[in-house]
Amino acid sequence: MHVPDGFLDARTLVAAAGLAAVGLGLALREVRRHLPPRRVPLIGLAAAFVFVAQMLNFPVAAGTSGHLIGAALASVLLGPAAAVVAMTAVLLLQSLMFADGGITALGANILNLAVIAPLVAHGVYRAVRSAAGDGLQATLLAAGFAAWCSTMAAALACAAQLAASGVVAWGTVLAAMGGVHMVIGLGEAVITMLIIAVVVRARPELVATAAPATPQAHRTAVAYGAMLVIGVMILVAPFASSLPDGLEHVAERFGFADRALEGQPALLPDYAVVPLADTSPWLATALAGALGTLVAFGVAWFVARALATPGRLHTRR
Amino acid sequence: MLRDRFLSPYQHGSSAIHRLPAGAKLAAAIGGVLLVVMLPRSAWWAYATIALGLVGIALLARAELRQMLVRLLLLEPFVLGIAVLALLRPGGVPLFLSMLTKSTLCLATMILLTATTRFSDLLAVLWRIRMPALLVTTIALMHRYLFVLVEEMERMQRARRSRTFIPGRSSAWRNSAQVAGQLFVRTSERAERVYLAMCARGWKA
Repeated sequence: MHVPDGFLDARTLVAAAGLAAVGLGLALREVRRHLPPRRVPLIGLAAAFVFVAQMLNFPVAAGTSGHLIGAALASVLLGPAAAVVAMTAVLLLQSLMFADGGITALGANILNLAVIAPLVAHGVYRAVRSAAGDGLQATLLAAGFAAWCSTMAAALACAAQLAASGVVAWGTVLAAMGGVHMVIGLGEAVITMLIIAVVVRARPELVATAAPATPQAHRTAVAYGAMLVIGVMILVAPFASSLPDGLEHVAERFGFADRALEGQPALLPDYAVVPLADTSPWLATALAGALGTLVAFGVAWFVARALATPGRLHTRR
Repeated sequence: MLRDRFLSPYQHGSSAIHRLPAGAKLAAAIGGVLLVVMLPRSAWWAYATIALGLVGIALLARAELRQMLVRLLLLEPFVLGIAVLALLRPGGVPLFLSMLTKSTLCLATMILLTATTRFSDLLAVLWRIRMPALLVTTIALMHRYLFVLVEEMERMQRARRSRTFIPGRSSAWRNSAQVAGQLFVRTSERAERVYLAMCARGWKA
């Protein structure tokens, strides 16, 4: 999902870089003020860990394999602010040392993968845990669903930036990135849950102490929320004026999007809701999104139960 | 091995390009990338000139071209993955070609920079331009322990492989997760030791 150089236009690059800088600044301030000094080196080493964990292969099918993104994992293990710093370090090093991810697109990549992804993961993780409790199954369910949501959020932010740059059409890119990442997000969720299960079994305190609830954290969360809303408005507002024109085109472009998705192992085939797409493409997209979210939650719940129940998966060790 | 080569982009050398200050090279590379990004989409002559310039610098640096080409090809799939989306819109072929060219030129610029500049020198530049200390410390620690953790992971995988006799997809997933989970536990234990060692040497947050 790393955007290379040469895809985004100047306005998107500047807007994304500004938002990324604000997000990173808030995270750095939060870490400086509230993280005990003995956990500071862990951020650097955890960044190295995320990079290495991304190198591990998870075979999918026919010789292809997926790998971890790690934003949700970092968020659960380190807490949101430290995860933002660690993921930023990962992206900076990948860009400066390995040319993986563009140098001008660094702001956009940091915004998507190091600010939006860990923060969405944190929000979902906290919400699910406060609803489902503190047990192992609840922790795993929260982590898995958070991983799926963070992957989708990063993919949609990336799609929005590509579309805002005029590189691809809104309908095409949202459907293609969204559809593909609904499946990729499931992989991310399962990998994250498997890893968290291992860590919880070996050192439960590493996960339990990761996210202390403080009034400061709440204020930071509100600040982040406001920032995200402003960011969405900056990216979307210029297109609101041309929206009627855009809406007309979306329907025909959904035709393209379906063709693009046919080769993908999409869990939720777009054509299932295509009759709706003729009348209201936005409704169809929303419906597909809601169904995908439900499926992801179901998968996370199922895997969490399997992993948390002794003797179902772990007896074969 | 491919992975070892991929993890160490720097090529030792003593050419004029190698000896240039890292800050100047970083600024030039970012300037070059910005120029390519901002050029109009059909400025083919400018693209050709920049490509020739990059090849010229690479020759001047006596860099190993084959290795840089391999890196470029390894990164190209990510560029293609996004560029292909442009083909889906009507009349997207020129857009596709120009984006592909732009991205490839930018990739080549950054690969050339990392082939002739040590990452530790780039890190020193980040210190000098007063990037937040916490962030640079994090990147420095990450760079320092990256290779330690890669080797640790490979040792754990080797140990796993030598004990796994029936490889299957689900056991491969669980094994990789086991390696990653244990690696995080070891990493956090190592971070505690690193913190104590840093404090013993007078480090203050």
